[in-house]
Amino acid sequence: MKRELPILIVGITGTIMFFQYFFAPAFQHAFQWFLPKGTYMDFFATSQDWVIVIGILALPLGIWSLLKANVNKLKVPGERFYSAVLLGGFLAMLISGIAGGRASLSAGSVFMTIFNTVLIPIQATIFSLLAFFIASAAYRAFRARSVLATILLLTAFIVMFRFMPLGPISTINLSAVSWILSVPNMAAKRAIYMGIALGATATAIKIILGIERTYMGRD
Amino acid sequence: MKHVFKVKLTITLLIGMALTLSVGQVCFAQPETMVAPPDTSGPPAPQPPTNLRVEDEPNDFGHGLKIRWNLSADDGAGLNNVVAYELLRSDKAEGPFTQRAVIPKGISEYSDKDETRPTEEAPNPNFMDENSTWYYQMVAIGDQQVRSNPTPIVSGTTRPNWILLNKIPILIVVIIFTIFLLVFISSAKKGKSLYIRPLAGINAVDDAIGRATEMGKPILYILGLGTAGDIATIAGFTILARVAKRTAEYQTKVIVPVQDPVVLVVAQETVRTAYLEAGRPDQYNPDNVFFVTSMQFPYVAAVNGIMLRERPATNFYMGVFYAESLILAETGNVAGSIQIAGTDQISQLPFFVAATDYTLIGEELYAASAYLSQEPVQMGTLKAQDYTKAIAMAIIVLGIIAITAGWPFIRDLVTINL
Repeated sequence: MKRELPILIVGITGTIMFFQYFFAPAFQHAFQWFLPKGTYMDFFATSQDWVIVIGILALPLGIWSLLKANVNKLKVPGERFYSAVLLGGFLAMLISGIAGGRASLSAGSVFMTIFNTVLIPIQATIFSLLAFFIASAAYRAFRARSVLATILLLTAFIVMFRFMPLGPISTINLSAVSWILSVPNMAAKRAIYMGIALGATATAIKIILGIERTYMGRD
Repeated sequence: MKHVFKVKLTITLLIGMALTLSVGQVCFAQPETMVAPPDTSGPPAPQPPTNLRVEDEPNDFGHGLKIRWNLSADDGAGLNNVVAYELLRSDKAEGPFTQRAVIPKGISEYSDKDETRPTEEAPNPNFMDENSTWYYQMVAIGDQQVRSNPTPIVSGTTRPNWILLNKIPILIVVIIFTIFLLVFISSAKKGKSLYIRPLAGINAVDDAIGRATEMGKPILYILGLGTAGDIATIAGFTILARVAKRTAEYQTKVIVPVQDPVVLVVAQETVRTAYLEAGRPDQYNPDNVFFVTSMQFPYVAAVNGIMLRERPATNFYMGVFYAESLILAETGNVAGSIQIAGTDQISQLPFFVAATDYTLIGEELYAASAYLSQEPVQMGTLKAQDYTKAIAMAIIVLGIIAITAGWPFIRDLVTINL
């Protein structure tokens, strides 16, 4: 029963959500019967809200996991420093947020100052690494070691020249780039999209029918 | 000579007078309306549109109406002076009518809809409730905003459509697909062997785990930034179960940092069960499957730190990835790890292809479950996918032929308007 009940809930919920896609207004009418007169709730939006509520309920579990793992790492010499920084940052944000109350979300508060002057620049720094990693990954990918890699290299050059400010060179191959992007590139993307759509449908049907159960912690 | 000079002087004076008069006319002319008679002062008004009619908007929740009309006689013909059409609307037959939309010339239909239900904080007088009646008029706008006479008042009532007929073709495809699914699962259960082409990324999973065991280093398994409801994340759980089971057998450490609390719970349960099935529940350490943060780049910073400190032998990236894909994969490359990635995010696939050793592209990620288990039921789903793809290809070819040959019936049959 411990296994069958979740599968039953998933099956029923999945079936309802599947049919509501095609018969949405009918489901909306049926949903209205359960609501007090004069009130209105959107069936699909409400079901999405439930997902958010479940996510919020799980948040304490995540925080507990984070704290437990890092408190344990305080005992490990090599990991101690990073865990101490994490726990210190966690406490600083927690205390400044609780102490400031609702005002902590207004500009100039300690909470927002830490957020804007520490966290945001750090995030931007990590994101900016992408520029360097694109260069290093492109170097490896574009080495002309085979026929396919050479075609990739040449195609990349044609497309790159379109977006570089090189005057007439940039405009000459406009039609070539347009063709590359809208014909072979688009054809490949659509083929992948189609595979993804069918694969996602197959997985969804497997979950609804109870064939796929790994996400519950077993095959 | 003197005569010539007189002629030149006369011509110059005449030209000068003419210029002075014309410039004076331009600069000091009275407004045209002051001098011209009223009936011929401006450009002529265009003819109004005809046959204005209102129908219920199909395939909606009852918050819209479809308005159609015949073009004005002066739209593209006649005086050819129509600039646009002005749609006027009122909730009462007697008005007042206010402007609802201005539609460019040459267009003869308009969808009038407003689904935003009013609240106390945000009133919305334009909201079109179910079964509400609305009254319309239309005028043609000509040059210099000259308007035609209005059309007669027409009305329409919004009606909710219980079935979204435009989605029925999708339902038919899903039903066909489900039939294929059940047929192939049934035949696979009866023992019929089904061939599926090998995937290099899947074949490399066992080798990558073996490498980690030989090197005595951990395996890093990243489920991406998706939620537990994303199909790619669910596929990631499936592969995690296999990887964790094998690592439990080989007694290799697997580290799973996650960014979503719900994903954390499922990942912990998946790994714990895998260790249980491998007969090594004592080896399971819940601290190896841990929550980091829900924010994208702090998560990347944490995972990159783990890569550079732990130097894992193998990195798995299975799930939903965004801009962090390349940062993670390149750091893993710097750390010297074998890397296997799989995602359904098309924009990130090129990064994974460039930076990792093996990449599962789109549906290959979903199919990994069947490949790894080799169970007949799972294999049957792959065959069903292939047959449905064959039907999709046939429809595409049919569509190309229909459009090329100009067969509107077949073209409309294979076109889905959502």
